[in-house]
Amino acid sequence: MFEATAQNRRNRKVEGLFRLLFLWMTCMLILPVALILGVLIVRGGPAISWEFLFTQPINNMTAGGILPALVGTVWLVVVALIASVPVGVAAALYLSEYAPDNRLTRAINLAIINLAGVPSIVHALFGLGAFVIFFRFGTSILAASLTLAVMTLPVVIVATRESLQTVPLAFREACWNMGATRWQTIRKIVLPNAISGILTGVILEVSRTSGETAPIMFTGAAFFLPFLPQGVLDQTMAMSLHLFVISTQVPDVPEHMPFGVALVLISMVLAMNGISIAFRVYLRGRKKW
Amino acid sequence: MSVPVRVSEAAGFAIEVEDLAIGYHGKPALSGVTLQVPTQEIFGIIGPANSGKTSFLRAINRMDLMTAGMEVSGSVRVEGRDVRSWRNPYALRQRIGVVFPLPVGLPLTIYDNVALSSRLRGTRKKADLDVIVERCLRRAALWDEVKDRLDSLGSLLSGGQQQRLTIARALSQDPSILLLDEFSIAVDPVTTMRIEEVLAELKSEMTIVLVTNLVQQARRLASRTAFFLTGELVEVTETETMFEGGAQDPRTTAYVEGKFG
Repeated sequence: MFEATAQNRRNRKVEGLFRLLFLWMTCMLILPVALILGVLIVRGGPAISWEFLFTQPINNMTAGGILPALVGTVWLVVVALIASVPVGVAAALYLSEYAPDNRLTRAINLAIINLAGVPSIVHALFGLGAFVIFFRFGTSILAASLTLAVMTLPVVIVATRESLQTVPLAFREACWNMGATRWQTIRKIVLPNAISGILTGVILEVSRTSGETAPIMFTGAAFFLPFLPQGVLDQTMAMSLHLFVISTQVPDVPEHMPFGVALVLISMVLAMNGISIAFRVYLRGRKKW
Repeated sequence: MSVPVRVSEAAGFAIEVEDLAIGYHGKPALSGVTLQVPTQEIFGIIGPANSGKTSFLRAINRMDLMTAGMEVSGSVRVEGRDVRSWRNPYALRQRIGVVFPLPVGLPLTIYDNVALSSRLRGTRKKADLDVIVERCLRRAALWDEVKDRLDSLGSLLSGGQQQRLTIARALSQDPSILLLDEFSIAVDPVTTMRIEEVLAELKSEMTIVLVTNLVQQARRLASRTAFFLTGELVEVTETETMFEGGAQDPRTTAYVEGKFG
């Protein structure tokens, strides 16, 4: 009575085939990640030492450490965050909670998508023209970070807007019906429940910012500068540019050094992503509805 | 915010609606509604889905301001005053408690759910809030079940408890009008009966507009009942008359007898 027909058997076979195909594609995805990490650890691992992380580069960057670049990257990222997160979150709040669905709003949304699509070298030229020359910040951390901020603004806006949208409309309606203003509703209900998504967006921005090279090349990152920056108007070295420089511009760099720099950079990024994942897991654990 | 003068309380109407029409993006949802809701009674609204009942409630507390594409014409007077003449619609909404079909426990603790409205109005003192929270939870017949876990999340209560929580929250606004939109849709029959008892008590203090999908619920609670059908008001009649076959319109009789809807 429950005999499988030919059609049943065919369905099962196709099902198995597709399952295998998708599994295979997923494994292919892991491959480059594993290879990159493997190569970096094997070839860059020997370079990593206390001295490498915490001393100045010497001998025309062919020896010594990477401290100024490491510190410089932290400066660039922090200043970029300070500039972009408030603007991005505020813009996302407006677009998600206040903006009427009209032509202006649609134009703004289109602008955000286009901003995300601008190549980073174009952002670099914009930063050079706007921040370095027009606002007279000179080549400095400030100019470089603002360039990075402009570039990553769409990331913050989109991540924030999406996490705001995950808070059900029914919560907002319940609040409005009690006589709450839009801002009261945002503060009491929407933001507290969207904060994990916003932070995830911010951390993604951090990892993207710390790896960018082109936007900081003309605006604030120095080729070689064996001092730590003292303020936002100083120039600084940065990990990403340092990697580019010692890989292509400086002769006689020992082979393990670029790999070491890359390993440190990628570790920073992975650590950031790890934090973001841990945070999401933690917040999902205490989901409120 | 000015204290509204209760002009028409002498006349005895909490809500007066004249030639009300509501549309969404130009598509009419309700039109030509004229009715009065007397103060301190339960006013029932029955009708099948898509007859404009919810839109009617939304026009009363000016939710059209928060809803893209919702257009309202005609006049709605609350306590004698046209709702569109309130410069501060937030103050109007504070006077009107609303309960939704699906219970909306906000993602806050039980305590914070009920204290929210007072906090929004600037009450900060814990002692004051404690009093309000306990009084409202008691009146919503929920206190005994949750008094030991006021710090747990309101959004994780069962459906019936959440619905009583939303009633407590609406009561915490100290409203003069309570709008209930098919509150029993997601609530078990026992809880429904408990809430109905609560409503019968509240009637002496506030005006209640009860939109319901259960015609018998309107019969049990409402003094007068309006019948909405596909975007128009068919009639408003004394509930008993309506159910005893005295409705003016044959469609009403057919609906309350369960012949369609």
